[in-house]
Amino acid sequence: MTETKWSVDQEGIRAFSTANNEPEWLLNARLDAFNKAEELPLPKPDKTKIDKWNFTEFGAHNVQSAPFESLAALPEAAQAVVGEENPAQTIYVQRNGTPSILNISSELKEAGVIFTDFATAAKEHGDLLQKYFMTQVVKADEHKLTALHAALVNGGVFLYVPKNVEIKEPVQAVFIHDDKNAALFNHVIVVAEANSSVTYVENYISTVATERSVANIVTEVIAGNNARVSYGAVDTLAENVTTYVNRRGITAPNARIDWSLGVMNDGNTVSENVTNLIGDGSYADTKMVVVGRGNQSMNFTTKVVHFGKHTEGYILKHGVMKDEAKSIFNGIGKIEHGASKSNAEQESRVLMLSEKARGDANPILLIDEDDVTAGHAASVGRVDPLQLYYLMSRGITKQEAERLVIHGFLAPVVNNLPIENVKQQLTGVIERKVRQ
Amino acid sequence: MSQSTLTIKDLHVAIDGKEILKGVNLEIKGGEFHAIMGPNGTGKSTLSSAIMGHPKYEITQGSITLDGEDVLEMEVDERARAGLFLAMQYPSEITGVTNAEFLRSAVNARREEGDEISLMKFIRQMDGNMDLLEMDQDMAQRYLNEGFSGGEKKRNEILQLMTIQPKIAILDEIDSGLDIDALKVVSKGINKMRGEDFGCLMITHYQRLLNYITPDHVHVMMQGKIVKSGGSELAERLEAEGYDWIKQELGIEDETVQ
Repeated sequence: MTETKWSVDQEGIRAFSTANNEPEWLLNARLDAFNKAEELPLPKPDKTKIDKWNFTEFGAHNVQSAPFESLAALPEAAQAVVGEENPAQTIYVQRNGTPSILNISSELKEAGVIFTDFATAAKEHGDLLQKYFMTQVVKADEHKLTALHAALVNGGVFLYVPKNVEIKEPVQAVFIHDDKNAALFNHVIVVAEANSSVTYVENYISTVATERSVANIVTEVIAGNNARVSYGAVDTLAENVTTYVNRRGITAPNARIDWSLGVMNDGNTVSENVTNLIGDGSYADTKMVVVGRGNQSMNFTTKVVHFGKHTEGYILKHGVMKDEAKSIFNGIGKIEHGASKSNAEQESRVLMLSEKARGDANPILLIDEDDVTAGHAASVGRVDPLQLYYLMSRGITKQEAERLVIHGFLAPVVNNLPIENVKQQLTGVIERKVRQ
Repeated sequence: MSQSTLTIKDLHVAIDGKEILKGVNLEIKGGEFHAIMGPNGTGKSTLSSAIMGHPKYEITQGSITLDGEDVLEMEVDERARAGLFLAMQYPSEITGVTNAEFLRSAVNARREEGDEISLMKFIRQMDGNMDLLEMDQDMAQRYLNEGFSGGEKKRNEILQLMTIQPKIAILDEIDSGLDIDALKVVSKGINKMRGEDFGCLMITHYQRLLNYITPDHVHVMMQGKIVKSGGSELAERLEAEGYDWIKQELGIEDETVQ
């Protein structure tokens, strides 16, 4: 077994926990996970070899960052996603690991909504956090990266929506990475109690170049009876940041989770997005767009597991690979025995813009029940030279023609994203990523 | 006012190693309407693709110049911005890109950065041209050529022609697949372009198109060359008598490219 180099030890974890006045259960959970991390294997994303990737070495587990004074003081890239004109009323901004800005509308406060940074949640809402933190959606001992995550969590946000509360305006979290030494071990929990609804949008933004860093992100969404969670994310982490991002949700009866994910990182990325449809009549919809460039390698596994009867799961992913970028799109629809009358649909499409770009789409349906419907569509192809010829014959430059084709290729996903904010952000982010 | 001249000299063109054009000479000036006629397989469409720079066609000999500038040295988009336009027989379909978005990119490609056409002005112009071509307004928001009928595609090519206002346009079988009403509408659009600054080369099998757009010069293509040229009366004779008399006159047995 190869020896793993660790950038933090047990003492470091204790010190971090003490400095944050964490409850004892959390420190114990961290230490327990840390002990397991050494032994546990890495996850094995289908068709991408990650055993040489750097998940453990980074500048520092805990960097001190001065908080931003106001939304107006945010770096430009963050202001762009916050929306200068009309920022979200309820918004959290984190600078590296440091909670920086936290606004919550009085309306939400009165309704009993909890929206706070991870450290504060541990101090002030310890019971709730303990109930949900890596207990029922993602477990610390699944593999090395979840264990490392549990041991080293150093940021994130906790959103709790009491029953019958419907939040109309999106709640936003912006995670800014602007210290080249910083490593992000961010944990996000969204709990929507019965009959509640919420739209949550998060951004991971690097504004600094780094030689070596790590982002290990876990999201847990718990959608109660008949609750509705719309979860949006736009990730733009820098080159040389190795990202493991696991966004997972579970549904009670008749609950619904919609994922709108734009993964635009410039570094190697393993992205896992899973919805476990536990309750009867629950529903999951995942829409994802990806642009790869440079020589990055990415693996996207999107999975919907049907346990409840009459459950519906939809996956729609489109990706564009430029330069020498490689990506694997794994789509898994799994229908467990007993999940009758369920429907699993998926579509994955990859467009390669250059000879050296690589893409692969693997649609997988695993069905253990007779009385169900399922379907999949997948395609991988290169850009059609005749399309470029046609556009260029109207005077459009090759670069602009490619931009139009890419934009067009992603449009069927982007245009159908349920969250307007994410749709607009992505249009800009895609533009930037494609142009450079 | 600038009158452009497209000059084609001794053009030889091959596709997949097979020579299709075997020495075409042609000059088109602003203000002139030319028609190239000829049966199938004689090289007409190859000529139009070669002028525009289709990636599959290889120029093996000869020259194409626009106002003295070497067209063959230019990339496809440079040719277009220099003033050439090709209405294609089979336009590509592009998912996710609306017709309006595409047209605006084409217009802006000819303008400096920071001097892009205003949205209002663009929409007014597009709406006007679409009215003239009797196109539904919703065609502006549909994806480029996707799911368009044959006739809609042809109208859309002419909409682009009218929007871009090139110096020299080549219309490759713009009449194919059009019923008589659509043909009239398309012709109306093309005739609106007439002027000293606009030269046009129409490629067609049929005299029918020329009833609506009278050419100044008619050329007949066989075996990869222009074998006969004349005025509009030549097209009328072809309509009445077919191509056999030309073949006899020139001693051609098989008019297709060998």
